[in-house]
Amino acid sequence: MAKLHTPHPDLPPPANATGVPGWVRRNLLSSPLNITLTVLALYLLYVTLPPLLNWALFNATWTGETREACQTNGGACWVFIQVHFDQFMYGFYPEAQRWRVNSAALLLILGAAPLFAGRVPSKLKVRLGLGLLVIYPVIAFVLFKGGLFGLPAVDTRRWGGLLLTLVIAGAGMTAALPLGVLLALGRRSQMPAIQSLCVIFIELWRGVPLITVLFMSSVMLPLFLPEGMNFDKLLRALIGVALFQAAYMAEVVRGGLQAIPKGQFEAAAALGLGYWKIMALIVLPQALKLVIPGVVNTFIALFKDTSLVLIIGLFDLMNIVHNATTNPEWLGFSTEGYVFAAAVYWLFCFSMSRYSQNLEKRLHTGHKR
Amino acid sequence: MNLTKSLTKSLTATFAAVCLLASVSAVQAGATLDAIKKNGFIKCGVSDGLPGFSYADEKGNYSGIDVDVCRAVAAAVFGDPKKVKFTPLTAKERLTALQSGEIDVLSRNTTWTSSRDSAQGMNFTGVTYYDGQGFLINKKLGVKSAKELDGATVCVQAGTTTELNLSDYFRAHKMKFTPISYDKSDESAKSLEAGRCDVLTSDQSQLYAQRIKLAKPDEFIVLPEVISKEPLGPVVRHGDDDWFDIVKWTLFVMVDAEELGVNSKNVEEMKKSANPDIKRLLGVEGGKGKDFGLANDWMAVVIAQVGNYGEIFDRNVGKDSPLKIERGLNALWTQGGLQYAPPVR
Repeated sequence: MAKLHTPHPDLPPPANATGVPGWVRRNLLSSPLNITLTVLALYLLYVTLPPLLNWALFNATWTGETREACQTNGGACWVFIQVHFDQFMYGFYPEAQRWRVNSAALLLILGAAPLFAGRVPSKLKVRLGLGLLVIYPVIAFVLFKGGLFGLPAVDTRRWGGLLLTLVIAGAGMTAALPLGVLLALGRRSQMPAIQSLCVIFIELWRGVPLITVLFMSSVMLPLFLPEGMNFDKLLRALIGVALFQAAYMAEVVRGGLQAIPKGQFEAAAALGLGYWKIMALIVLPQALKLVIPGVVNTFIALFKDTSLVLIIGLFDLMNIVHNATTNPEWLGFSTEGYVFAAAVYWLFCFSMSRYSQNLEKRLHTGHKR
Repeated sequence: MNLTKSLTKSLTATFAAVCLLASVSAVQAGATLDAIKKNGFIKCGVSDGLPGFSYADEKGNYSGIDVDVCRAVAAAVFGDPKKVKFTPLTAKERLTALQSGEIDVLSRNTTWTSSRDSAQGMNFTGVTYYDGQGFLINKKLGVKSAKELDGATVCVQAGTTTELNLSDYFRAHKMKFTPISYDKSDESAKSLEAGRCDVLTSDQSQLYAQRIKLAKPDEFIVLPEVISKEPLGPVVRHGDDDWFDIVKWTLFVMVDAEELGVNSKNVEEMKKSANPDIKRLLGVEGGKGKDFGLANDWMAVVIAQVGNYGEIFDRNVGKDSPLKIERGLNALWTQGGLQYAPPVR
């Protein structure tokens, strides 16, 4: 009986080509240049990481009430942050009224949560999203400002810290996107009056730095007004930021509109749709999806630009941290303060960036090659 | 010319229309006091964070000399030092805020200069703090006077009058120096500590604040020379003399009270004093309230609720504060300083 050939069972790949050693060989030690870079990177880490960790974690002071608690070793003094934490979050918002800020934040989280969940029907999501965009700002404003429904009024000059940063960024974003879409459509309009108005608006606002806009709103505007007539400093800054960002947003959206092939417009028109229906149902959904990275980019830039309001004496997160570092009871802890502020800014910007990537993935309908 | 005028007019009209929609608070020039009484509070402009002068702590409570001046004015008008709304202002905003009526009194370590008093439409009501530019130096260098600073490396804050005063001083004394400019006072203090510069220059009131930031404050001294005059005081709008008088005399009352030995603790006892100066000051004799349009005993109320000048100085910048600034020029004239107030009579 002839011997039947049985193939040898598959051998595992060599041990040094799989798992951690394999990954290290492939990615870190594949060529002399790579080896040099790896060694250099390790050396840099060795030089910088231990002192950093010692400062931030091991030698740091975490508990205490006063400055004296921090004088013992060379580490960071997180007590400084702890003592000023409420101020960094709410600014000078009266303590007894802070529940209003908290409940507005809770409402936003509860309202926005279904938008992130997978199983909610998309029609509901759209309604919820529009509701958040239109109704939420009103609710939040009434809660923050008060003076209605028996809530004591809280002057806007007492708003501060992260609250103020989020108010400016939030108001800027909610106003800038719709305004920007309208401006972008206007700039591509066939009607010369509308088109030139939009071009002038966009080029004017895009041509000046934000710092100039803020400065103008707080220093020049009151001089134009009749004596004794004032309106809220924060409101002036908010309007300035919103108009400024709208101009940028318009150009981002216009980029998306230009990427939509002419055939889409013509096909929609052939179906008998009017201008607004073409835009709302066919063109904008495609265009806005294309420009998500650009929109988020603008939002992130706006979030960080809010720190410029310190030049008009508004106490946003950055300015309130700076203010705390000049507290005579707590002098000499500016590093801790700025590290904390940087961490908060990073957290928000990074979350925005992750959310946009997630959104792109979900809206991906096969245009990507 | 005509075009600009009509343009300004139409701009103003547009803005006015916009403003009618926004919340409007009307203040007429020449009737500041009436408007304040109607509002129920004084709108006071302070700095955006200068410990000792005006500073909001972690609870949002304001303190400082400049803040206490506003509280004293509120005590004078309403008998209640809490009836003040503080508006933090940056150095650039402060004049506009006063001109536009956003604030009633500016109490924000503002230096009294001729151009501000005339061209810029403001009235300085007095001097709450005589400041001047000085030098902070390490004791180890053994320098006892600013005249020995030839060839020194000097840390200075960029873009301030401090920088100009510094080069003026060295040029006038035919000395050489190397400036190192910093944006933030934190950086210059660290630089002095690390020995990158020999000496740090700034207003004296700031130097004391800088010194407590250092790890070993005792190793550094402030040199005796003052190379510029910086009289700081509250400011009101040009054109309302009644209001100007009230703010001005609130300051004078506090200085007079210190001179007469009246303070917030003994004011009630002092009302029984036989000294006619004290009797007039506390409103026991001669009605001095009507002339100002205020309550008859307003001066006593200011002293009782806010304190005399010495108390304000000590608790905010002096011996009871972390800054520990000596009275120096700010001592009473009877004690070798410059604080001098006209008599109440």
